[in-house]
Amino acid sequence: GFRDALNQAMDEELERDERVFLLGEEVAQYDGAYKVSRGLWKKYGDKRIIDTPITEMGFTGIAVGAAMAGLRPICEFMTFNFSMQAIDQVINSAAKTYYMSAGLQSVPIVFRGPNGASAGVAAQHSQCFAAWYGHCPGLKVVSPWNAEDAKGLLKSAIRDDNPVVFLENELMYGVPFEMSEESQSKDFTIPIGKAKVERQGTHVTMVTHSRYVSHCLDAAAVLAKEGIECEVINLRTIRPLDVDCIETSVMKTNHLVTVEGGWPQFGVGAEICARVMEGPAFNYLDAPATRVTGVDIPMPYAKILEDNSLPQIKDIIFSVKKTLNV
Amino acid sequence: MQNMLTIISNALCRITGRNVLLIDLSEYVSLTSPAAPVLAQTERQPPKPPPVSTRAPAAELVSSQTDQLDRPGSRVVVSRSFADFTPQATFDIKKCDVHRLEEGPPVKATLTRDQGLQYYRIMQTVRRMELKADQLYKQKIIRGFCHLYDGQEACAAGIEAAINPSDHLITAYRAHGYTYTRGVAIKEILAELTGRKGGVAKGKGGSMHMYAPHFYGGNGIVGAQVPLGAGIALACQYQGNNQVCVTLYGDGAANQGQLFEAFNMAALWKLPCIFICENNKYGMGTSVERASASTDYYKRGDFIPGLRVDGMDVLCVREATQFAADHCRSGKGPIVMELQTYRYHGHSMSDPGVSYRTREEIQEVRSKSDPISLLKDRMLSNNMAAVEEFKEIDIAIRKEVEEAAQYATSDPEPPLEELCNHIFKNDPPLEVRGTHPWATLKSVS
Repeated sequence: GFRDALNQAMDEELERDERVFLLGEEVAQYDGAYKVSRGLWKKYGDKRIIDTPITEMGFTGIAVGAAMAGLRPICEFMTFNFSMQAIDQVINSAAKTYYMSAGLQSVPIVFRGPNGASAGVAAQHSQCFAAWYGHCPGLKVVSPWNAEDAKGLLKSAIRDDNPVVFLENELMYGVPFEMSEESQSKDFTIPIGKAKVERQGTHVTMVTHSRYVSHCLDAAAVLAKEGIECEVINLRTIRPLDVDCIETSVMKTNHLVTVEGGWPQFGVGAEICARVMEGPAFNYLDAPATRVTGVDIPMPYAKILEDNSLPQIKDIIFSVKKTLNV
Repeated sequence: MQNMLTIISNALCRITGRNVLLIDLSEYVSLTSPAAPVLAQTERQPPKPPPVSTRAPAAELVSSQTDQLDRPGSRVVVSRSFADFTPQATFDIKKCDVHRLEEGPPVKATLTRDQGLQYYRIMQTVRRMELKADQLYKQKIIRGFCHLYDGQEACAAGIEAAINPSDHLITAYRAHGYTYTRGVAIKEILAELTGRKGGVAKGKGGSMHMYAPHFYGGNGIVGAQVPLGAGIALACQYQGNNQVCVTLYGDGAANQGQLFEAFNMAALWKLPCIFICENNKYGMGTSVERASASTDYYKRGDFIPGLRVDGMDVLCVREATQFAADHCRSGKGPIVMELQTYRYHGHSMSDPGVSYRTREEIQEVRSKSDPISLLKDRMLSNNMAAVEEFKEIDIAIRKEVEEAAQYATSDPEPPLEELCNHIFKNDPPLEVRGTHPWATLKSVS
């Protein structure tokens, strides 16, 4: 599954390069708050798998400093909500440094952890940070959907000489996925910055990332019964955005629907729409692009409220039909 | 002295059979009584030897007649051997207050003549460089933020004297002094301040973002450099290289939460980190009494041992840093040092520095505790060097700084084609959006 893929990726990279190490809350003796780092401490010990106190700003700064001095840290946030405490270190100390130093000082670090909504964890623990981190030059921002994405992209992130924000999703951790033959290799990597067309289609382009790829594929299956063939693009990377992939698709289907869990204002979908407007694909649109997003409110707790705060498959189907005017 | 000169000159005349009068010899040296002028021979930067007259042997050049010595415009150079100066002396230094330590650094420091001249040179260079930056800023050739270090030179010089180039150092934004002591040339520092392509960061960084091997800036966000420094120390420990990281912060940053987070982890994991608080009494315009419930910054590490050090005495700083480095290298974990120092300038160039402190206070520090004067007086009163040597060094430094400023004002600005470079390392070129959709710029690593 997704969780095992992440575990495998980290294990392989820890073995491959002794400069790689993992730090964060509960990553060692607890086997990871979400068990993503299970078994790693037993295998690699205290030096490479480090439990930190609950001090995000401090340990994130320490991780960034270690990266500046030649190591290759993986800094885990128990959830990305807690990264807000440390966001200055991510942006000002990590992301901007290569530029400010004109290439003298690089920061090869991965910040990873679950992002976005979970189940019943309420407002302070449910925010999606794709748009916030995606806004900043100097960062790469990655958002895997399935197990293969998880493994290949995490390995690429760890091998990348730049700061990478790696947005996982807690609800995906336990989901089983088939892994291809190719992905079993210890050198299997997926390039950062390239989207993947998960489903070919002709009538509408759906652009999405992370958990909502599943939603879009499910919606596409339902729509196919009505003769609407959806092309589903799994972004895989939020920054840099694979605009070429999106444009090629839109120029084929003439319709665009973006789907994300985050809030609508200044979000990932907003950026995609703006980019499509500014490029050649605009002239191929037969209708304005549509964004399907989380509801513009802090996340409520009660199940019925929470379910209706996030895009459901019916919302995606509805939006596609409206966009196609059917 | 006069007699000796006469004897030597007469002897030379007899030996060579010539009048070895040398006029117009050197702009370096003038004869003052009672001591004869000397060629400054220091290891760090040998001065240009005076031009040799074809009429005299190279080594010993003296005036032939004593009355020539009185003639205005006649200069004499006499080569003195080192035996005339005290090669080494031991000085009493102020005892450090200690926290959670059985004993502190030694209360005596040995200084050799060469070391003294070297420290003098370093401090004077930083002083003149900062004053030049002040000048350039007032001429609007430097813009934005400019936080000057004059008054605090003994800290940078003393620390560098006690650590190795392979050790690491990180500081906040009052960083020009450390940028120099960590090995960046003056002209690259000034050219960075003036935003030219010859600047150490090619003009991309400015005053607060200059870097060098084992020097991690230059950091603009107050306190952020402290966890970074602890992380660098972690890397040292991880790599087992016996190196330490010196992590500096000011009295203003000393109250930041992230410092205490870093202290906790550094102590837990016994990181080889020397946390140094440069207490210059004011965080911007707020005095330490108005900012901190406890101004004993050397104790603020709580469970981490601490030292309070006279930051105006380069020897005190050196001994304390040596002590601290030994502590860290022996695996005892981190240590906190508070350097009591003072800045002559305001917080930055936009702060005259007199609304929250008195001119009298500034003047008092200048006259009684100036770090450069303290060292110079020590050396002179122990006959470790001559006044003229210091003058020569001053002249040479002024020249060097002037040339650096020339470079910094004439070097071209960075080319626009390079605007977007250095976003990512080791990446293929990427397209960067410009100010409008038709502006697609290119970024290379």
